[in-house]
Amino acid sequence: MTQPAISVRNVSKRFGETLVLKDINLEVPRGQVSCLIGPSGSGKSTLLRCMAFLEEASAGMIEIEGEPLGFSEKDGKRRRQTAAELRRTRSKIGMVFQQFNLWPHMTALGNVSMALRRVRGLSRKDAEERAMAQLVKVGLEARAGHYPSQLSGGQQQRVAIARALALDPTIMLFDEPTSALDPELTGEVLNVMRALADEGMTMVVVTHEIGFAASVGNNVCFLDHGQLLFHDTPEAVFAAPRHPRLEQFLDTYLDRGAQMLR
Amino acid sequence: MSFDFAVILAKGPQILAGLGVTILIWVAGTILAAALGFLVATARRYGGRLADLVLSVPVEVLRGTPFLVQIFLLYFGGPYIGLRLDPIAAGLLGLSVYGAAYYAEIFRAGFQSVPPGHSEAADCVGLTRIQTILHVQLPEMALLVLPPSMNMAVILLKETALLSLITVPEMTMTVQAIGSQQYAFVESIVVLALVYWALVELANFLGRVAERRLSTYSA
Repeated sequence: MTQPAISVRNVSKRFGETLVLKDINLEVPRGQVSCLIGPSGSGKSTLLRCMAFLEEASAGMIEIEGEPLGFSEKDGKRRRQTAAELRRTRSKIGMVFQQFNLWPHMTALGNVSMALRRVRGLSRKDAEERAMAQLVKVGLEARAGHYPSQLSGGQQQRVAIARALALDPTIMLFDEPTSALDPELTGEVLNVMRALADEGMTMVVVTHEIGFAASVGNNVCFLDHGQLLFHDTPEAVFAAPRHPRLEQFLDTYLDRGAQMLR
Repeated sequence: MSFDFAVILAKGPQILAGLGVTILIWVAGTILAAALGFLVATARRYGGRLADLVLSVPVEVLRGTPFLVQIFLLYFGGPYIGLRLDPIAAGLLGLSVYGAAYYAEIFRAGFQSVPPGHSEAADCVGLTRIQTILHVQLPEMALLVLPPSMNMAVILLKETALLSLITVPEMTMTVQAIGSQQYAFVESIVVLALVYWALVELANFLGRVAERRLSTYSA
């Protein structure tokens, strides 16, 4: 088997007394869309944030294309990586947040070109040219000069996707990318993500959009109370008979486009 | 009794020289105070728990004692520990350090106002900590810290009057000297008040202009 894009080995995470991830093992295959679903508080966002080292796993290791992320392992002991080592491994990842997290004092173009200039060292002109190409890709070239406060939520999220894509990541992580959007704006973001999936981008998506998980996802992981209950193709996961916990969870989505699964 | 401002105004060149010293110490002192305060706030936020604890002590002491007492300690007490400064240097240092304690608190609040997600986004695209502070956090907090920063600048301007007590040849000392020489004590104080007030209004005006320019992107 070829090397997975992300491999999660025995990862646990505790916040104080609470164990939010319990010994997670997961391999994210390359070129596929893996969806993390589960009820609120199940740990799916925490797991995704661990994959970007925005949260530090309390135990276990995460590797990005074979490179350890955040911690290096030596003689069975974990050692915290230096900031430079972390940045190098993290450069393979693009991250998209629920709250967009655009920088409000920069235009859309400024947000997308920032890291090209400051991290990649491109000239302003070259950086803006490449940034503009990304904005074209998400259909927002006409909004390049707008500040985030002048854009709709859906447009802001598309700018955030362009910002992540500008650095040519091989893996894109999405943390509930449409949860802060009203249904009308959700579609435009999902369309961009669908196009990205069609290009063969490796994607990990934490989502409440069960329809998206079922139709675009190649793998579905169901988390509950910090445990990865199962991990399979959407056909297998959603086919009856289902796991009782998943059945209960899906019942809450009957009014949100999951009827197709019935 | 009648006011006679002519005797004061006849000393215009001398007053201007004093005004020059006041403005110099004020502007340089405020810039140094803001820069030092920013460094202290950054160190307290990112330097670990020990740095935070250690730096909290001078900040609290400087905010908890009168400026006059601080400059007396610095100017008259300094020589006991080998710190001999001429009045202007002592005044500038005293004002910078005193102001830095307040600016450290202003920037601390500024750091807290930037949503953590904005820094996480910067981490994820590979910006270093320093780049994130300079290109994301500092500009984002600018609009929030500007009003208290300008307010502090105005307070520092007024505190420079106390430097006359350690013989800094600034405006208060100059004008008071002229007042006693000319037996026009009240007139000199009135002139002094008017000039300080004009400077404060000018500072407030500049602050409003800066605020307007910065607020272009906010909703």
